[in-house]
Amino acid sequence: MKPSAFAYHAPHSLEAALDTLAELGEDGKVLAGGQSLVPLLNMRLAAPAALVDLARIDGLDTVEVTDREVRVDARVTHERLRTHVAATDAIPLLREALDWVAHPVIRNRGTALGSIVHADPAGELPAVLALLGGHVELASAPGRRTATADDYLVGPLESDTRPGELATAVVFPRPEPGTGSAFDELARRHGDYALAGVGVTVTLDDDRKVRRADAAFIGVGATPIQVPLTDALAGQASDALEPDDAIDLARSTIDPEDDIHATARYRRHLAGVLLGRALQTAAARAAAGGTA
Amino acid sequence: MTATHGTTTRTAAAHERVEVTLTVNGTPRTASVAPRRLLSDFLRHDLEMTGTHVGCEHGVCGACTVLLDGAPIRSCLTFAISVDGRELTTVEGLAADDGTLHPVQQAFRDHHGLQCGFCTPGFVMSACGFLAENPDPDEDQIREGMAGNLCRCTGYAGILDAVKQAAGAFAGSATHPCEQHRVDADATDGHDREA
Repeated sequence: MKPSAFAYHAPHSLEAALDTLAELGEDGKVLAGGQSLVPLLNMRLAAPAALVDLARIDGLDTVEVTDREVRVDARVTHERLRTHVAATDAIPLLREALDWVAHPVIRNRGTALGSIVHADPAGELPAVLALLGGHVELASAPGRRTATADDYLVGPLESDTRPGELATAVVFPRPEPGTGSAFDELARRHGDYALAGVGVTVTLDDDRKVRRADAAFIGVGATPIQVPLTDALAGQASDALEPDDAIDLARSTIDPEDDIHATARYRRHLAGVLLGRALQTAAARAAAGGTA
Repeated sequence: MTATHGTTTRTAAAHERVEVTLTVNGTPRTASVAPRRLLSDFLRHDLEMTGTHVGCEHGVCGACTVLLDGAPIRSCLTFAISVDGRELTTVEGLAADDGTLHPVQQAFRDHHGLQCGFCTPGFVMSACGFLAENPDPDEDQIREGMAGNLCRCTGYAGILDAVKQAAGAFAGSATHPCEQHRVDADATDGHDREA
């Protein structure tokens, strides 16, 4: 359970990191918090020739909250974002989802953006990114680009980070006024990856009727599975939500698999139950004036 | 955390041994290690400090928990070279020089919060970090705070009782749980401690 040997680079600046990554090409792998990467290295499921450690970079450690979005740099840990008052006031869904991420000790080192780059199908933050329609900022020696959640989250443990690229920040758009949100999941043991989970947003009109609703599921497909629920819920009163149509729609959209922890049938059932609960919670929060 | 913010790029070839210096329980300690050296092995093999235990070695069991600049982390998921220059607290740093147990250790003893003892250093260090962040926890918060550590023999009731007692021991005390027997104070603001 020891990693195989790797060359180590800890650049002091973003520019130096991009130069190093450009030189290394496919041999280089970025190390941020390491809470997903180091287990893979220890188990030798991954054996990169070189690691580029972000630990010494001066910068890349800001959380920026504007009227439109919350922007989180690559070195910001789960715990720092979870306890960032301005960010979680702007998007309460961030805090609720981060409460589900592993354990406090893991959150102390794991980074929010790192979990998105890692793209575990049961990871909470990729689903939040997809649900809110956010994007990832990537830099390389030749230039910069952004990638939407849909384009970036390609498959299980696969994000569209190209050789020589560094994901520098993740941007979560703030939901529109009148929106409530919720995140719920179930795991065999507290802090484990969820058997299934779901994040939802519900936006109400001035009469407190549903104008828009969306869900993103984790653990029931190769990537976060997004299910637009506006057609199934539009016009319903927030205090008398009847989520059955939405649940049926979600259960027919998701694509869970059997594994040692749960059958696909159970996961499909569970996802629907969680969706029903999350929708009620989100609608109540929206009615109470929440901004998700 | 300024210690990790160098102005120079650091590199090491795959099998090159490079000097890594950490302040461990208040004392600077240096060893030459390859980049792949895990912090847990740095402590146990290079510094011969075997109080930190290694269980699963992929971040699940929590036996290897230590405090990095006051915050609990998994030493098996951290490379020694990544935290060069920073400050560690291990279980060896808790008891006073005369052998008086740290309040968290005493609480584990009082409540029989251990049986074989293998997981205990990790539980004790997690509890120290947890109580520093949550000085007055309720039962649910204690369970949440300790959920990242596994015990496979004695069960968790005694462990949770011990953390509860330790919280009581710190209540009203100005002493920071992690700093009970440490040389210098934690300089971070609690929002700025990622590597």
